[in-house]
Amino acid sequence: MAANYEYEEASGHYDDQAAALRQQEVGYDPNFVPDSVKSFVVHLYRHIREKNVYEIHQMYETSFQTLSERLFKDTPWPSVDAVAHYVDNDHVFCLLYREMWFRHLYARLSPTLKQRIDSWDNYCSLFQVVLHGVVNMQLPNQWLWDMVDEFVYQFQSFCQYRAKMKNKTEQEIALLRQFDQAWNVYGVLNFLQALVEKSAIIQILEQEKQGLEQFTATDGYDYSGGSNVLKVLGYFSMIGLLRVHCLLGDYHTGLKCLQPIDISQQGVYTSVIGSHIATIYHYGFASLMLRRYVDGIREFNKILLYIYKTKQYHQKSPQYEQILKKNEQMYALLAICLSFCPQMKLVDEAVNAQLREKYGEKMGKLQRYDDEGYGDKLSRRQRYADEAFGIYDELFSYACPKFITPSAPSFDEPLVNYNQDAYRLQLKLFLSEVRQQELLVGARTFLKVYSTISLGKLANYLDVDESTLRMTLMTYKHKTHAVDSDGKIISNADVDFYIDDDMIRVVNSKPVKRYGDFFLRQIVKLEGVINDVDRIKVESAN
Amino acid sequence: MYSILTPLVDCYPKGLNPQHSGRCFFLSCSLQGSPRSVPPVRYIGKVLRRNRIRPKMGMEKEPQKPQQVSYTVEQLVAVNPYNPDILPDLENYVNEQVASQTYSLDANLCLLRLYQFEPERLSTQIVARILVKVWLACLNWPTLLFNVFQLCFEQMEQPFKTLIVLSHYLETGGFRQFWDEAAKSRHIVEAVPGFEQAIQAYAVHVLSLTYQKVPRSVLAEAINIEGLALDKFLEQQVVNYGWVLEMGQGGGQIIALPKTEFNHPELKKNSGDAVPLDHITRIFPILS
Repeated sequence: MAANYEYEEASGHYDDQAAALRQQEVGYDPNFVPDSVKSFVVHLYRHIREKNVYEIHQMYETSFQTLSERLFKDTPWPSVDAVAHYVDNDHVFCLLYREMWFRHLYARLSPTLKQRIDSWDNYCSLFQVVLHGVVNMQLPNQWLWDMVDEFVYQFQSFCQYRAKMKNKTEQEIALLRQFDQAWNVYGVLNFLQALVEKSAIIQILEQEKQGLEQFTATDGYDYSGGSNVLKVLGYFSMIGLLRVHCLLGDYHTGLKCLQPIDISQQGVYTSVIGSHIATIYHYGFASLMLRRYVDGIREFNKILLYIYKTKQYHQKSPQYEQILKKNEQMYALLAICLSFCPQMKLVDEAVNAQLREKYGEKMGKLQRYDDEGYGDKLSRRQRYADEAFGIYDELFSYACPKFITPSAPSFDEPLVNYNQDAYRLQLKLFLSEVRQQELLVGARTFLKVYSTISLGKLANYLDVDESTLRMTLMTYKHKTHAVDSDGKIISNADVDFYIDDDMIRVVNSKPVKRYGDFFLRQIVKLEGVINDVDRIKVESAN
Repeated sequence: MYSILTPLVDCYPKGLNPQHSGRCFFLSCSLQGSPRSVPPVRYIGKVLRRNRIRPKMGMEKEPQKPQQVSYTVEQLVAVNPYNPDILPDLENYVNEQVASQTYSLDANLCLLRLYQFEPERLSTQIVARILVKVWLACLNWPTLLFNVFQLCFEQMEQPFKTLIVLSHYLETGGFRQFWDEAAKSRHIVEAVPGFEQAIQAYAVHVLSLTYQKVPRSVLAEAINIEGLALDKFLEQQVVNYGWVLEMGQGGGQIIALPKTEFNHPELKKNSGDAVPLDHITRIFPILS
């Protein structure tokens, strides 16, 4: 499971030599296999061969973590060569073991460059086996998701590592030059794409809608003797592609890759909490950057409510910290979306309460225009605008993914660290959007209060001339009428208006009471209660 | 003891895996023989191409059939987008789009992505053309702006700087500033035919969102047409799009724009109380 997303990693972390030294110091002997590890591998191997998915899941989720905690807190697991003869030297099992080995390494220690390259090699072999052999295993969805997730995480980590050229030794640079195919962006994308295509998962999902296939109903597992590995890896690779494209800053393509999955419904992506959160986080972030604020708000609201209700069940899981971290980040993104597009009715009460608790003050400052305070009006407004700008910067930097520069560095030029470049660029793009929206805060404040106002008068209040005001109003209309994924124009404005020559008429929209939904909910609830009551009668009769 | 799966012997060619002896219970047929050391990119490219229609690479050889050529480029993008070899085809396609005043979002995005992966192959001229093209076609669509701007933001040279400034004006409704700036940089905008009409269409769109009735002067400024040419333009719009010309209070001409739900809120369909069908399906089991 991906370890940490801190933006400012301590520079010592990526020092190759120090990492290798640490591993040696702690007395790590790759060939020593404790008895508990031996029985772990033997049992895991047997369960995989017998396709006991439940037992595999228990061992993978619980036993592996327990053993890691107890025996391998800061050393790697025994090397694959040492355990191979306990499992009949089975090639595929060894690939799976190595995958877990590397994941443990990334989580607890810091990998050397050679280890990163070896991990890439391992993934290549593993994916090639899945793509070109006909695999006979059934693995738990959690494991398959972790594979894809870790693959993308290691790619991201490698790009970050490679971009810190300043302290690289000659040896490291030579290795990088030699193994330029390792974690190459083409390779990563092509593997994910190949998994999607070979598994024909898009066609499967299409056919499922027409009732010709069973995939979601069985959670991706195959009950007719086949294997779920390729199909489910293909499915999760779509989410992997979304993630990679977000890291590259190409949000449109990312959302396109996710299109076959219908996120308004339950699906295989909700079967693993990690994948559910990753999907919605990246979908929401991409929507935010594409100015589709309503989509973002809706999805963030759903997932935050879900986490709020279910997080207590995941307290023991090794991913708990990750879940909490993503939860906080999504609240920050929701705060940004709501500031651009104040549609509070889309947000559930529980989520709203949490949001106000975490970011209530900051959100208030973002919408502040002309409160009473010291200084003259114009300088006050400027101060508020600058403050808001700073808050947007802070929220974005906290919540954004760790963007990467996909191209390899030129090894001949002087060595600099450029790992922050991609992030700075995305931040710049985001803040330019913020600047354009700044003008709207003032307009919104006044339009909420008036039902009709002449252009001249409003221009006076805002201390601008009429033509600037016209510009501002057109900007408001343009920004609030986004083009959604179907190409239609929809308005997400909370306050709407139209201009009649030189009078602005604000639209009076009363919130419509939704009776239909309310009745439906109550009908279903009553039915449930009646069923319960019926059952009681039957029991007491016996 | 374990008789559930019949073991498979020797599923790999000898060169694949020297460490492990090649026995494997989890595969039921052999691999197609892929040495592990081959870089995956080219390998997967081969696999994909083997199973797909082989794309025609010789665009220059068939100048008389432009339809067929652009079809195959689209196919390339759909089937094998992460492949550095298709870059020249995509570049040619951009030039073709400019000449024929068509536009393809996916192909252009793909090209920009390849430039991002290999910045040394970036052609400033091509990117400038894409930027103008894309921007014209997607004025309501900020998606592509990000991709293109990513490449351009870091380069502060012309023409990118001008294009970024122009785009900023359009995004904030500053049409007068836009036309002034565009006049200073004629060589950039004239590189792409159809530029003026596209911007004018965008201007009219934004005005229609905002105004029910717009003064003549505001319209003239937005679309950069004055005097007799403006009269002619207005006549056309009256005939084709239902615009109405009236006399305003100050004596100037007022143009009433066509009614849409955006500038006439009473036209907005009140969907507040409509219940979608899939919500009702929840109670079908109860009703039956």
